[in-house]
Amino acid sequence: MSKDGLTGSEIVLRALVDQGVDTIFGYPGGAVLPIYDALFQQNSIKHVLVRQEGGAVHAAEGYARSTGKVGVVLVTSGPGATNAVTGLTDALMDSVPVVCLTGQVPTHLIGNDAFQEADTTGITRPCTKHNYLVKKMEDLPGVMHEAFHVARSGRPGPVVVDLPKDILQGIGAYQGPEKFSQTKYQPQIKGDLSQIEKAVDAIAKAKRPIFYCGGGVVNAGPRASQLLTEFVRLTGYPCTLTLMGLGAYPASDRQFLGMLGMHGTYEANLAMYNCDVMINIGARFDDRVTGKLDEFSPNSTKIHVDIDPSSINKNVSVDIPIIGDAGHVLEDMIKIWKARQCRPDKDALKDWWSTIEDWRGKNCLAYEPGAKVIKPQQALERLGAAIKGREDVFITTEVGQHQMWAAQFLPFDKPNHWMTSGGLGTMGYGLPAAMGVQVAHPDALVIDVAGEASILMNIQEMSTLAQYRLPVKVFILNNEYMGMVRQWQELLHGGRYSESYMESLPDFVKLAESFHAVGLRATKPDELDDVIGEMLEVDRPVIADIMVDKAENCFPMIPSGAAHNEMLLGPDDQVEKPISEEGMVLV
Amino acid sequence: MTAPVAEERHTISVLVDNEPGVLARVIGLFSGRGYNIESLTVAEVDRGSSLSRITVVTTGTPMVIVQIKAQLSRLVPVRQVNDLTEENPHHIETELALVKIVASGEQRVEALRIADIFNARVDDTTLQSFVFRVAGTSETVDRFIDLMRALGETDIARTGVVAIARGADRT
Repeated sequence: MSKDGLTGSEIVLRALVDQGVDTIFGYPGGAVLPIYDALFQQNSIKHVLVRQEGGAVHAAEGYARSTGKVGVVLVTSGPGATNAVTGLTDALMDSVPVVCLTGQVPTHLIGNDAFQEADTTGITRPCTKHNYLVKKMEDLPGVMHEAFHVARSGRPGPVVVDLPKDILQGIGAYQGPEKFSQTKYQPQIKGDLSQIEKAVDAIAKAKRPIFYCGGGVVNAGPRASQLLTEFVRLTGYPCTLTLMGLGAYPASDRQFLGMLGMHGTYEANLAMYNCDVMINIGARFDDRVTGKLDEFSPNSTKIHVDIDPSSINKNVSVDIPIIGDAGHVLEDMIKIWKARQCRPDKDALKDWWSTIEDWRGKNCLAYEPGAKVIKPQQALERLGAAIKGREDVFITTEVGQHQMWAAQFLPFDKPNHWMTSGGLGTMGYGLPAAMGVQVAHPDALVIDVAGEASILMNIQEMSTLAQYRLPVKVFILNNEYMGMVRQWQELLHGGRYSESYMESLPDFVKLAESFHAVGLRATKPDELDDVIGEMLEVDRPVIADIMVDKAENCFPMIPSGAAHNEMLLGPDDQVEKPISEEGMVLV
Repeated sequence: MTAPVAEERHTISVLVDNEPGVLARVIGLFSGRGYNIESLTVAEVDRGSSLSRITVVTTGTPMVIVQIKAQLSRLVPVRQVNDLTEENPHHIETELALVKIVASGEQRVEALRIADIFNARVDDTTLQSFVFRVAGTSETVDRFIDLMRALGETDIARTGVVAIARGADRT
């Protein structure tokens, strides 16, 4: 510390500490050397050195989603910042609070095409909730505190603070967060009471209701999930969750219909199609959930609770919009429900549940367990059985078939224990995210359910796991294909498997060993339990290479462009219901 | 298929913090989400509290117009969004254009006559040309430009629409 004040780097670190940050994920470089020098001289903040900046952002996302805190990233200018872009976009799509500090060339060189210069605020403007370029020393403390406020308030999201090197080395005065408590960014938290009353009215009168809830409930904190569980049980109504919402309501509960959407359960999707009152809390009518919009839940009164006004009436027109935090609104809903002594229509509800039980009876997730070849579903069911009852299990995934199977087959009873890339669908998310989770929860069991294609996208982070002794378990469902791509090619492109096979794959066992991890492999169903057992036993990073059926497809499935009541239940359905040309153009 | 919903033209007034990148944020929002911009003007309106007003004229279905307002409102530097077309249907809209016409003989005389009808001012004159300054609604400016084009070679610069609500209520 200098006599006259603090350096910019010291101000940055002071602000981080005052914002409650104890861990950051980063990678050094020329423009951020002053911060790294300041980091070296302190003990309050732990820095985790990733192997590529993209990994740092996903790690921060995993950290944030498993703790409810803001994840922090520190990268250098130019390529450091551009490598972070995918992670920032991922965090934006899935509403994850992340603050990403990027180095920048000194202010007098900005615009000169200097070495490792990139227009970071320009590049990240559309993929962040907000971003800042600090050009004046006196702005630095305020910007740092506001960045955290913006990242965590309202609908959470990523915020970039671009820090020119001369600012980091300059001398200035620090000011604590209390000076900046009244910032102009104040999103609406409490829902409009008259709207909530209208909603409770509709909920109480419903004959075929369904709760359709999403990541907004998880983001509103564990209390919101408790309130959701309380309200769902109070009403006795069925509940379905989006991919991002899994864990917000206990999966083991009878009132839970499973995940909905493209690879959701038959009962959840049909209940959505046939319901008369839909209670959407913290979900955004994503295209993976709605299917064909014209035929989405055609006869229902729709209630939509969302903290982001722009989510309302974006894809689907709703009848009762409520802008507010899921937790606050649920609390008000329960209060009003109790005060009015609302009673659901018992007879109607009984009929509704008996219809739902018929749908459930289809057992849409059923598959043929293999005798000689491991079915991916079987591998996950065995994994699910092995972790059942454990409180300390966190699951992350990559993107593709394995992700959908993990969502379908693993049990999620609590929020914040499931991290997956939902909106952006980022292959390579799971391993670094698991790393971030493990850093936040050193004694927990953290499993990355992966595919052999996705895992290679950020495989370098195995090295980080070794360095920090993070015993993450990578559970690869290896079908030697980009499975979801192959599935779509089979369904939509005449089985022409263009570039979707994985040739020249590494030997994952040896690869694990070369990264100082344990490598395991199962090729036959009777080897599964032993491999899973050993994977959970070892107190080191593990890659378990599970060789699964190459041809297995992920069902049930709503083909693109189809409605909820046009689900394909299995391979035999495919032939009967060819996919429309309109659907072919959709992603 | 349901019948396509008609597009509406809306004039939206956006009060923003005058900070670097704020205009890029607004324009990026429109291009990134595929919204239309018919015209967009921006200038600082309150130096003391560093506020700028962006007036944007856009077209879209009613659902898209609602989205545009919600998306604008959630930008951090945006203080206030007013849909003047909805909130104040008789609000005042005006635009200014500088119209250069190169003409001679009878065309030159006719240009001056028309300028007089439109209350356009002559800002520059040579023996071959005039520069007129004309203000009014976009339709008025359009009509003036069309008439000038019929009389000779033209160069046009337009400001785009600025708008404000009628009455004592402040936005």
